[in-house]
Amino acid sequence: MKLIVTDRDGKSHELTARDDWSAMEVIRDANLPMSAECGGACACATCHVYIDEQWVDRLPAAAQQEVDMLDFGVAVHENSRLSCQIKMTPEIDGLKVTLAPESL
Amino acid sequence: MTHNVATLGGKHKTDVVIIGAGPIGLFAVFELGLLDLKAHLIDILDRPGGQCTELYPEKPIYDIPGLVEVTGQGLTDRLMEQIKPFGATFHFGQMAESLQKQGDGWSVTTDAGTQIEARVVVIAAGGGSFTPKKPPIPGIEAYENSSVFYAVRKMERFRDKVVVVAGGGDSALDWTLNLQPIAKKMILVHHRDGFRAAPDSVNKMRALVADGKLEFHVANIKSLVGDAGQLRGLVLNNKERGDFEISGEMLLPFFGLTMKLGPVAGFGVNLHENLIPVGTTAFESNVPGLFAIGDINTYPGKLKLILSGFHEGALMAQQAFRYCRPDEKLRFQYTTSSSSLQKKLGVA
Repeated sequence: MKLIVTDRDGKSHELTARDDWSAMEVIRDANLPMSAECGGACACATCHVYIDEQWVDRLPAAAQQEVDMLDFGVAVHENSRLSCQIKMTPEIDGLKVTLAPESL
Repeated sequence: MTHNVATLGGKHKTDVVIIGAGPIGLFAVFELGLLDLKAHLIDILDRPGGQCTELYPEKPIYDIPGLVEVTGQGLTDRLMEQIKPFGATFHFGQMAESLQKQGDGWSVTTDAGTQIEARVVVIAAGGGSFTPKKPPIPGIEAYENSSVFYAVRKMERFRDKVVVVAGGGDSALDWTLNLQPIAKKMILVHHRDGFRAAPDSVNKMRALVADGKLEFHVANIKSLVGDAGQLRGLVLNNKERGDFEISGEMLLPFFGLTMKLGPVAGFGVNLHENLIPVGTTAFESNVPGLFAIGDINTYPGKLKLILSGFHEGALMAQQAFRYCRPDEKLRFQYTTSSSSLQKKLGVA
């Protein structure tokens, strides 16, 4: 399955995602710039992505912990999610996300 | 013995300076201590534990050998207990800012003016220093330290000003509540009408809004308005209103911390993608006497695991001994059988 990622320069990358990996792991495995400092513990908000509008309602809703952690994201919008909390499954094959800006 | 917490700005001399008081820096104290080497630790945070206590104090860790389950805070507490016999000195709330060659060894200076001389320096800085996240608002740097602050050092600076706090965590709400009585006008900006903060603070904040003493916007900060470092206003954006401008003379963004390599990058060590390449016999950098252990180093096969960092600290200590005690013979002993080690541990 695929995960389509737009980087901060606007370039699109079609990544091969593995079942059960988080979107963050797929993005990091492709060496795209994402610090994901806490390593997937939903504790740092540095794996922040924007979900393509077409996909926002097709993802399982964020758990309260993720919603809370997003308070520590910079430039958070309504379509913001933490990619470590998005599990890749066949239902979301083709998911499109954009890397959010990082702290300066 | 017990730990010492040094006051800011003193002058010290020791065997080994460890930059970073996370789990790897802490356990290095143990390995160095068994070899009678004294250590001072520097950390930008105000307590030990590094990422373990800053990012996931309550989260369980399952891959520490012999500990089926331990939280980040629990592991830190246990390590602090384990290294007690070695009387390490901690320099908290400071960043190792410069490293100078001094004779055979080094002199490390912190941003608080503390100066420590040591034969060996060990960088155990993990992902770098925890520093406040800076929101990517265009041109924000031009306002830093005049109108934009990432921490409140002197509350008086904000008296009679139009103060805008951005964020929705405890720091954001605490400072909103603390500064509201002295500010000319207090404004809170957060991306949602919900907060990851103590319920009591949220209630107080809502009461202030209800009383008209606090302006609250569910919005994003799009840009800053002002000149010569003096902020006059902010352009906010939300779905309902699109772009709109509010007044603001001071901006305090509170979005938690992020890790930055910081001054270590200028210490003369080779860097590869912000990591310090080391050899695997002693985890020494390209600069003799300057070691790197834990998440901050890299070598073929490196795994960023706490257990790997413990191993790296043990091997580092052997080589550190050779630098610090060139005339003494290194004796490899087990804590199980050596009465001299047991004496150091205070159990014999």
